[in-house]
Amino acid sequence: MRVSAINLACRRGGRDVFASVSFQLAHGEALAVTGRNGAGKSSLLRIIGGFIRPASGRLWLEGGDPELSIAEQAHYLGHQDAVKPSLSVAENLHFWSAFFGADTHKVQDALELVGLGNIAALPAAYLSAGQRRRLSIARLLTVKRPIWLLDEPASTLDAAGRGRLTDFMQSHLVGGGLILAATHGALGLNDAQELSLDRPAHAPIAETQQPAEAAP
Amino acid sequence: MTPLTALLVRDMRIAVRVGGGALIGVLFFVVVVTLTPFAIGPDLALLRRIGPAILWLAALLASLLALDRLFASDHEDGSLDLILTGRAPLELIIAAKGLAHWLTTAVPLIVAAPLIGLLLDIEPPAQAGLVLTLLVGTPALTFVGIVGAAIAVTLRRGGLLLAIIVLPLTVPVLIFGVAAANAAVAGPVPFGTPFTVLCALTLATLVIGPFAAAAALRLDIE
Repeated sequence: MRVSAINLACRRGGRDVFASVSFQLAHGEALAVTGRNGAGKSSLLRIIGGFIRPASGRLWLEGGDPELSIAEQAHYLGHQDAVKPSLSVAENLHFWSAFFGADTHKVQDALELVGLGNIAALPAAYLSAGQRRRLSIARLLTVKRPIWLLDEPASTLDAAGRGRLTDFMQSHLVGGGLILAATHGALGLNDAQELSLDRPAHAPIAETQQPAEAAP
Repeated sequence: MTPLTALLVRDMRIAVRVGGGALIGVLFFVVVVTLTPFAIGPDLALLRRIGPAILWLAALLASLLALDRLFASDHEDGSLDLILTGRAPLELIIAAKGLAHWLTTAVPLIVAAPLIGLLLDIEPPAQAGLVLTLLVGTPALTFVGIVGAAIAVTLRRGGLLLAIIVLPLTVPVLIFGVAAANAAVAGPVPFGTPFTVLCALTLATLVIGPFAAAAALRLDIE
C-alpha cells in the first residue's frame, strides 16, 4: 500500500497556503509534516482525508481496497476530539467502533490501553482535554484502518500519554500501517520521513522582499 | 450493529439525556396549546374551529426548535468529519439522523396531542383523525427541516436562518395537514382528499430531503 502525492496545492479563503507539495509513503512508513503556524499542515491532512479539495495536483493510493477512497481507509484525529459530553466514556467509544463497523468487544481493552479503563462509566463531560484526546486515540485502536492522519496528536497529552501514543504508532507501523502526522515536536518514531511546508529556498517569495524600503 | 443503527441509537440517547432537545419540543407544544384557550376565551365553538390549526402550528414550531443543533453540534465537536470518513452513504446517514430527530421530538408530541386536544374541545373520534395527520405530516416537517439544518451548519446562531429557510417550504404540509385535521374534526370535506396529498408530500420530502441536505453538507464542509 502506498499513498503518493504530486504537486499538491492548497488555497483557502483566496489565499495560497502551499503549493507543489509532493511525497510518497509506503506501508510501514511515517511522515512528519512540519511547518510554522499557518503553513498548511492541517489543510494537507484534511486534503488527504478528503474533507477539502486540493487546488491542483494529484493524490492517489496504490494497494488497499480499490472500492474505498483514501478517507474511507483512514483514521482522522483532528484538533477536535469528537466526544459527546452527555455520553459516557465507554458509550462514546462504543458508538465510533460500531459506526466504523468494528468489533465492539474491544472497547474496554482499548480504554485500558489508553489509561481510561477505570473511568469508562463516567460522563465524558468530566474529562480533561488530555483525557478526551486519549479517548479519541482509543478509537484508532478499536477500529483497524491502515492510514492514520494525526493532527498534532500529542498536543494535550502528558509525558506518559505521549509515550503510549508513540508505542501505538510504532506497533501500527510494524503492522503495515501508514502514518501522516502534523507536528511541532518530535514524533518519537525512529525513522520518520519529514515533509516541511515552510517555503523552500528555491521558491523565494518572502526572501526577496526589499529590506531597504523607506520606513515611515 | 450497523453504522446507521449505531448513529440512530447515539442520537436518540443524546436527545433524551441532559441538554438534549427531546423534551423541549413537547414542552413547547404543550405550553403553546395550553395557553390558547386562555388567550381566546371559553368559546368552545371557536376553539373547536381553530383547534386543529393551533395544534399544527404548535407542532410545526416545536419540531423546528431543536433542529438547528442537528448537524451543528456534530460539526463543532469534530464528529461530522469522522462521520464523513465512515463507509455509509451520507444520504443514509442524514436519513438516520432525521429519523432519530423525528422519534425523539415528534413522537412525544404526537402522543401528547390527544390529551392536549381536550383543551381545544376536540372529541375522541375526531382526535384519531387529528393524530393521524400529525403522524403522517411531522416526518415531512423534519425532513424539510434537515435541509435547512444542513445549510446553516457552519453558521453561529443558525437557528433564525433555519427558520427563514424552512418555514416557507413547510407551507404546503401545513395547508394540507390542517385541511385534513379540520376535515376530521368538523367536516364537511371528506378526510381522504387532503390526507392523501399530505401523504404524498411526506413521501416526496423523505426522498428529496436527504439528498438535498447531503449536497448542502458537502458544500459546507469544504
